[in-house]
Amino acid sequence: MLDITYTEPKAKTIAGARDDWELVIGMEVHAQVSSNAKLFSGASTLFGAEPNSNVSFVDAAMPGMLPVINEYCVEQAVRTGLGLQAEINLFSAFDRKNYFYPDLPQGYQISQLYHPIVGEGEVLVDMGQGTARLVRVERIHLEQDAGKSVHDMDPNMSFVDLNRTGVALMEIVSRPDIRSPEEAAAYVVKLRQILRYLGTCEGNMQNGNLRADVNVSVCRPGAYERYRESGDFGHLGTRCELKNMNSMRFIQQAIDYEARRQIAILEDGGSIDQETRLYDADKGETRSMRSKEEAHDYRYFPCPDLLPLTLEQDWVDRIKAGLPELPDAKKARFIADFGVTEYDASVLTADIANAAYFEDVAKGRDGKQAANWVINELFGRLNKDEKNIQDSPVSAAQLGKILDLISSGDISGKIAKDLFEIVYTEGGDPAEIVEARGMKQVTDLGAIEAAVDQIIIDNPEQVEKAKQNPKLAGWFVGQVMKATGGKANPKAVNQIVRQKLTF
Amino acid sequence: MSIDKDTARRVAHLARIRVASDDLEALAGELSHILGFMEQLNEVDIDGVDPMTSVTPMALPRRADVVTDGGYPDKILANAPDAREGFFAVPKVVE
Repeated sequence: MLDITYTEPKAKTIAGARDDWELVIGMEVHAQVSSNAKLFSGASTLFGAEPNSNVSFVDAAMPGMLPVINEYCVEQAVRTGLGLQAEINLFSAFDRKNYFYPDLPQGYQISQLYHPIVGEGEVLVDMGQGTARLVRVERIHLEQDAGKSVHDMDPNMSFVDLNRTGVALMEIVSRPDIRSPEEAAAYVVKLRQILRYLGTCEGNMQNGNLRADVNVSVCRPGAYERYRESGDFGHLGTRCELKNMNSMRFIQQAIDYEARRQIAILEDGGSIDQETRLYDADKGETRSMRSKEEAHDYRYFPCPDLLPLTLEQDWVDRIKAGLPELPDAKKARFIADFGVTEYDASVLTADIANAAYFEDVAKGRDGKQAANWVINELFGRLNKDEKNIQDSPVSAAQLGKILDLISSGDISGKIAKDLFEIVYTEGGDPAEIVEARGMKQVTDLGAIEAAVDQIIIDNPEQVEKAKQNPKLAGWFVGQVMKATGGKANPKAVNQIVRQKLTF
Repeated sequence: MSIDKDTARRVAHLARIRVASDDLEALAGELSHILGFMEQLNEVDIDGVDPMTSVTPMALPRRADVVTDGGYPDKILANAPDAREGFFAVPKVVE
């Protein structure tokens, strides 16, 4: 097992008018399963299709249509569970969650209330160097997504598109172990990172791939510790659920607002109603969704259309054997094998594609140097162009060759940056570009000496000054570098300049 | 357990089934009758008996992750009381 030592961060304390208060946060993350077809039908899951074109009669809930489970979606849920070190339930079953809404043609969502496919797991949430929060996962269940309502196309009508109806979702339910708005956002970031490593969810928040419901309550200092010792929720405050958050920034703002709202009520002698609330990003406040209250009577019952789902341990073991290296393990290995700092390792492993690119560059080369180039030069340049690593004009092989040219002494670090820019904008083989454009570093001492002599002859006044003030040698070095187009070996130039000026 | 008129009204509303006030009394009676039958079943001791999910031993049928369906929005919308620009059009739903 991976050995990561860390200290837990302090819970966020908010000072009310009279007392200090702490935050307690639990999250339900809905992650869209990465699959070709829907959970119970053969319709496509592709995002952005013409309205109602990725809909089968099953999804539209036509009479007599029956659901048949997509086995790959089951595999993806199991893979996700294994990635979160969770127990896999070899027996699970589907239930109907009944509610009425125009984008839910069945009148119920097929979900797993009583027997979820995945049990208890955990997520280690990084909170800066050496600090992390271990968040317990209570369960993961498979369920159907609903369709999409569009409210702004007509003043009197809502428009319904069922393309998303029936797409598989994993609902990942955490325990109330998150203690600040920042941790809540970091939890989603870490979960998204793991899901992307596993290939079980694309995690695109703009497309609604990943959405979070956030449960927020406040308590007095010490109460949370008593809950953890006893497991008794009575020590915690009444929670409110913030629905459908799809941005890290809004999650933090909404939690902060909600906590302060609750504190103000409590200090006024009031009590919190357990309710569902919506965050209004324009106003920066949360408001009650009264319409949802009545719908909370879901009248769950086992879905009569589906037999229980039973899995073979062998099958689960095979999925486990095929798991990719996960972020924490990769980060630890990058630190150990490539000698990069913890911070750099975090940056490099944030996304699996970035990590693979770095590894290609670093293999057999100086890891620290590779990290510097990938993070500062490549990521910096890609950010400027708002490009992903997938669209990088410089391949890992090309960047590797540039580093080889530096370490063989063919080019200086400064010229390497020019070379990088050429490869980035024009493409081509770095070694050939260096050759063709005469970018090779001049290590021929005779040539450098001649250049230094020329500068000294041309600038007698500077020579006099330099004799009084040895620091001016730098000026000569600069002039020589300029005269040689930056190709002279800086170390050699320095040495020769100092010799000639006889310091 | 018996269902009163108010519970019958509530259940009908949750299912969006319109029931005239005059019919509620009779409906509540019918629902109570069904629950009464369930209570009779409850008298049977089923300790240690697993719930039966199928008469013949069967595993849940599964499908491969292949797109085999969809692509007929006209058929999907054929029975819609109102459809516009490829969408179902319904009375405004405001959150």
